[in-house]
Amino acid sequence: MKERPVSRTAIPRQSARQRRHNFDEVALGYTAQMAVAEATRCLQCKKAKCIDGCPVGIDIPGFIKAITEENFAAAVNILKSDNVLPGICGRVCPQETQCEQLCILDKKGESVAIGRLERFVADWERMQNSPVFAVPGAAPSGKKVAVVGAGPAGLTAAADLARMGHGVTVFESLHTPGGVLKYGIPDFRLPSAIVDEEVNNVKNLGVDIELNTVIGKTETVDELLGRFDAVFLGTGAGLPLFMHIPGENLSGVYSANEFLTRVNLMHAYQFPTYHTPVKTGKRVAVIGGGNVAMDAARAALRLGADKVYVIYRRSEAEMPARREEVENAVEEGIEFVFLANPIRFLGDEKRNLTGVECIRMKLGEPDSSGRRRPVPQDGSQFQMELDVAIVALGTTPNPLISRSTPGLEVNRWGTLVCDETTGRTTRPGVWAGGDVVTGSATVISAMGAARKAARDIDDYLKGSAGPDQVWRENQAGNDRNH
Amino acid sequence: MLYKVLQVKKLTSGIYLFKLQAPQIARKARAGQFIILRIDQEGERIPLTIADWDVEEGSITIVFMAVGTTTCSLSRLKPGDAVADLAGPLGHPTEIERFGTVVCVAGGFAIAVIRPIIRSLKQAGNRIVTIVGVRNKDLMFWEKELRQDSDELIITTDDGSYQRKGLVTEPLKEILDSGEPISRVIAIGPTAMMKFTSLTTRPYAVKTIVSLNPIMVDGTGMCGCCRVSVGDETKFACVEGPEFDGHLVDWDEFMSRQTTYLDQEKYSYQCTAGEQQGHRS
Repeated sequence: MKERPVSRTAIPRQSARQRRHNFDEVALGYTAQMAVAEATRCLQCKKAKCIDGCPVGIDIPGFIKAITEENFAAAVNILKSDNVLPGICGRVCPQETQCEQLCILDKKGESVAIGRLERFVADWERMQNSPVFAVPGAAPSGKKVAVVGAGPAGLTAAADLARMGHGVTVFESLHTPGGVLKYGIPDFRLPSAIVDEEVNNVKNLGVDIELNTVIGKTETVDELLGRFDAVFLGTGAGLPLFMHIPGENLSGVYSANEFLTRVNLMHAYQFPTYHTPVKTGKRVAVIGGGNVAMDAARAALRLGADKVYVIYRRSEAEMPARREEVENAVEEGIEFVFLANPIRFLGDEKRNLTGVECIRMKLGEPDSSGRRRPVPQDGSQFQMELDVAIVALGTTPNPLISRSTPGLEVNRWGTLVCDETTGRTTRPGVWAGGDVVTGSATVISAMGAARKAARDIDDYLKGSAGPDQVWRENQAGNDRNH
Repeated sequence: MLYKVLQVKKLTSGIYLFKLQAPQIARKARAGQFIILRIDQEGERIPLTIADWDVEEGSITIVFMAVGTTTCSLSRLKPGDAVADLAGPLGHPTEIERFGTVVCVAGGFAIAVIRPIIRSLKQAGNRIVTIVGVRNKDLMFWEKELRQDSDELIITTDDGSYQRKGLVTEPLKEILDSGEPISRVIAIGPTAMMKFTSLTTRPYAVKTIVSLNPIMVDGTGMCGCCRVSVGDETKFACVEGPEFDGHLVDWDEFMSRQTTYLDQEKYSYQCTAGEQQGHRS
């Protein structure tokens, strides 16, 4: 019997000094030995709480048990029957607020490192010469589904639907699949090659991906409904929010989406080999406190900035970013300016950014989000010199599709009105899931929503009723419930 | 999928016409819209206005000036070659209605992209006065084609080497002064030309539409690189434009944003030019 270590097995990482200068992955992953050691920490609870914390319901104790037995192929099969993107999720899921938070060992502050184990299993499979996961393919149903968007939601829905036997075509507006995994998350957190590999796994299930197809422009949802039996929208939340303060359009002010798209999707960090440029300032400020802000700040540092600041209007405790990413940023030398909010950007006569003026904030009463509301302090203005500013305040769904699709209702925030349990939109025959429904959230929650929608699409495709009838019945059911 | 080059034509010094295979885009294209093109795996995503399209052939036509890394590489392609990516048609089409008399102003290689706008406006029953400005005689092209759809065509050259010497704003001002009722002016071309066209028409309160060409990345509203101040609002040119009221555009800000990467663009161009040299030797 192997000895059960008390503390979590640390994951090897590039040193902060080294990684400040490269875009290589920060965390290097477990060796097999480390993975087995960590896996033996799992108590194999009969009623495993961790599974409840997983939006796609992975059999967590099951795959961990296979690791302890050093049967990594079995671990792959357990993991991948529920999650088609384990290499991605193992890296970017906020496990600390999901599965790991519910781990019985978490009470002692040392939950099993489920995410790191998931990553290990995915990476182990990738190192094998041939795919390990055996696909249990359903018989072809003869039905066709269009999936819009090749991000986490779209890929998950596509994979599930393909396994159910349906013919799936994914339409992607950009020149490469992956969505936010490609344009948003930098290589040092999620290497592009991992995304490519897992997208390929989805393609290997028989899924077609049509790139450069902007649904809403190149083809409308109405036209898709003419060619397909169902449509799933996983178009994400791609529209960046700005502050609407003076000077925001000065040259040198970016949305985080633009900055990260240039760096990640377009490889601006490899300019001029890749032709897309990005401004690499000496003094950079990122405005916001989420994961995207951390990604932008750390990317700016790696591009050669001397000083990178994160300006956040609340205090450290309220920051929505993952703890681990904040710690990484601090280690790398990112400086945090808490309780401050920009009120205008400053520029020279040529309209280039030269700085930002902020005002100090104080935390007041809790607001609707439950966090204490920041209140500006009169007369506390101060200025910072800057070459580049990156606004990372969040995103809302792109209206291209909702505006070009009659009957598709959106709410006040531009997100699609959608039934939570089935993913049905207000337009018969059209389902949705992920950020386009919730506003910007996590990769895994988008995948969870896509999985639910795929199940409902499957039920619908197996039935005999047309979309209009199904939607009417659904409506009647809803009315009765009220 | 690759997007094949079907036809290449050098229209004049540095200005090229390319017909590209893109049946899906051709089916949807309308005057005033643009595409995003990426030439290869290392390439930038650049916006180019659609100059023409042919649904039957499944092709779109673009006209561009070879000035930067992408456009110079593009100009070296031959029929049978292909570009890696093409997405569109993007942006709102030009508003086409029966307005009355419309003055269409174009400069440089934008002579090509104003043509479908003129054609659509003509079909809608407008009287069209077209003013085009080029630096010199050699840079003029498509005179016959423009004359075909215009009721009147005025050509200006900076150096007087062909027809009228001067800038497009001079005949424009004369038309506005003549008292003929002008319903709207549409300007497309170099930013300075669009700015001064807008400044010229402003005192006459004639609605002036300009087709902006900011730097873009995705072209679908995702990055905000193309944002422009129009009146009190910030607009994304890719999804809310590219055409805006020229009297409301903050031109100085727009020009500053257009030149954000001037140094890097020059450097990138030198690098690829060097590469080309290397290949030849």
